[in-house]
Amino acid sequence: MSDTVLNLTDVTMQFGGVIAVNNLSMEVRPGEIVAIIGPNGAGKTTAFNVITGVYAPTNGEVSFHGETIISNHPQGKMTKLYAGEHLGKYDKVIQKTPDRITKMGIARTFQNIRLFKDLTVFENVLIAKHMNMRAGLFSATCMLNHNEEKEMRQQSMELLEILDLADTKDEISSSLPYGKQRRLEIARAMATNPSLLLLDEPAAGMNPQETNDLTAFIHRLKEEFHLTVLMIEHHMNLVMEISDRIYVLDFGKLIATGTPGEIQNNQHVIDAYLGVDEDGH
Amino acid sequence: MKKLDQKTKIILSVALVVVAILGLSYLDANRSDYSYALSILERSAIYAVVAVAMNLLTGFTGLFSLGQAGFMAIGAYTVAILTIPVESRAAVYYINGIADGLANAYLPLWAALILAGIFAAFMGLLIGYPVLRLKSDYLAIATLGFSEIIRAFIAAPQLDRITNGSYGLKSIPGFPSTFMVFGVSALCILLMVMILRSSYGRAFKAIREDETAAEAMGINLSKHKQMAFVISCFFTGVSGGMLAVYMRSIDSKSFQIGLTFDILLIVVLGGIGSVTGSVFGAFLMTAGREWLRFFDNPLVVGGFSVPLFRSGFRMVIFSLILMAVVLYYRKGLMGTREFSWDGIYNFLRKHLYLRWRKPSGEEVKRDV
Repeated sequence: MSDTVLNLTDVTMQFGGVIAVNNLSMEVRPGEIVAIIGPNGAGKTTAFNVITGVYAPTNGEVSFHGETIISNHPQGKMTKLYAGEHLGKYDKVIQKTPDRITKMGIARTFQNIRLFKDLTVFENVLIAKHMNMRAGLFSATCMLNHNEEKEMRQQSMELLEILDLADTKDEISSSLPYGKQRRLEIARAMATNPSLLLLDEPAAGMNPQETNDLTAFIHRLKEEFHLTVLMIEHHMNLVMEISDRIYVLDFGKLIATGTPGEIQNNQHVIDAYLGVDEDGH
Repeated sequence: MKKLDQKTKIILSVALVVVAILGLSYLDANRSDYSYALSILERSAIYAVVAVAMNLLTGFTGLFSLGQAGFMAIGAYTVAILTIPVESRAAVYYINGIADGLANAYLPLWAALILAGIFAAFMGLLIGYPVLRLKSDYLAIATLGFSEIIRAFIAAPQLDRITNGSYGLKSIPGFPSTFMVFGVSALCILLMVMILRSSYGRAFKAIREDETAAEAMGINLSKHKQMAFVISCFFTGVSGGMLAVYMRSIDSKSFQIGLTFDILLIVVLGGIGSVTGSVFGAFLMTAGREWLRFFDNPLVVGGFSVPLFRSGFRMVIFSLILMAVVLYYRKGLMGTREFSWDGIYNFLRKHLYLRWRKPSGEEVKRDV
């Protein structure tokens, strides 16, 4: 088990009567770039929200580096409503909060950019360093943690330099051009020192040039920080070029998995994207 | 944007503090002539502390709480009970008598103020645990309710022997020196500024900006919200204690919701998210109310008595001014900016310097 970074087993997420993610099992191995694709409303972002602890899944388990971080089974009203599979397979309830999961080494970006809009680029990154602070409120207030503060600032600055954002460090983050805002969001996620990076549609709204830059950028990140990347993306060029393996979701269900080459020729995937005729042709 | 060098700024800041101290000493030395002005300034300084504490919560952490009056009441009663001279206690509690443990419990003012803060903070801890799960308006409603509960508790006949119930407490000794009011206020505000400038302050701002993103950055939401709430309650309690000493006699009616709204107005007027804005706001609000007293007196122009000018009219004018501020300066006087010498310098340059001397086109370009 420990040779996988992330492991989802039988994850089902049901909102009322709607199953957003249905019996999803997947694994991400160290150093891989894995993409999740699928039509709109396929449950991709919901899967991200389950992995990062924002939603508690209705059933199933998520483990990170072999440690179970999330495990649940239908409870309360859901026991009657539950329409998924594997009922009774999971009896533990484990639900780490998003901040704990980030501390363990899973960082994420958001589909619609969620920067700290009124703060500067530098502050955006610096905030991500707060979680590892050793100093308490008192010593931080009285500036007794001078060295630690300096170290945090230095690390943030280094990160901005590596990611080519150093020249904009004092700008208010919402005033950056769109492509840079996306990059800043990734930089901020990187500041939490993750081993697994979740990117939710990093190329959304980007032009072809920016998308090409992003492809190179993700590759560079992966090499420089020894990262594992799991991403949701709609740009097929980017996905096919960058990913080692692809998972395809449709209506919450996993319909195909494999290398880019395999996925491109998979009939289920073509059907899901292009639709099927009434008589099945 | 031109910048002054560090040395000039330090000199200017020191000069400002010296001028303030000299001005205060002058007023203090001629107390008999200026007691009215001094008392307004003292009240402003006390309000400034609560306003900054409220801003720390509302403007910097994004938690809209309306419980200030309740926490001020806790602080005020703590200080009042502990600092009324032991010999005059029998006279204060003449109806129901005083609880045995309290009859001789006396603390010097500074210790009582700290204890006032600690009690308010402890109460904040207890109340914060259930209440901070709520968001925005719901949090405001819940804290408002708690504040009223605290007030009702204080006035409850069952606590007569501690709080003197609805009779209130009097004979609270005043401040030993005017400078203590300003000193303690300045210290409290300085401490809050230091908190806001630390890494914890940045975490608070992150929560204000986007809770989901803050949590995804590893910030423990409930812990940091609780922390901001308790810090705010502490300083609110201290300022409540100072208010008790300033007023010399208090009762539960002094801490009605109106007090919270006064503070809220200061924060909105000064700018939500600006510490210096809250301080200016506190002085402006308190002084403004007094300046407008003019409207309360009957005005006779050429034998004709203007009908609107009578007692209470100033509050109408005051409310109109506030409405105008909220309409036209939606972000308050300062917005989220802070006072800075650079800001003043550039403001002056823009509005004075450029008007006297027509600079060459080149120079204008550089300024833009």
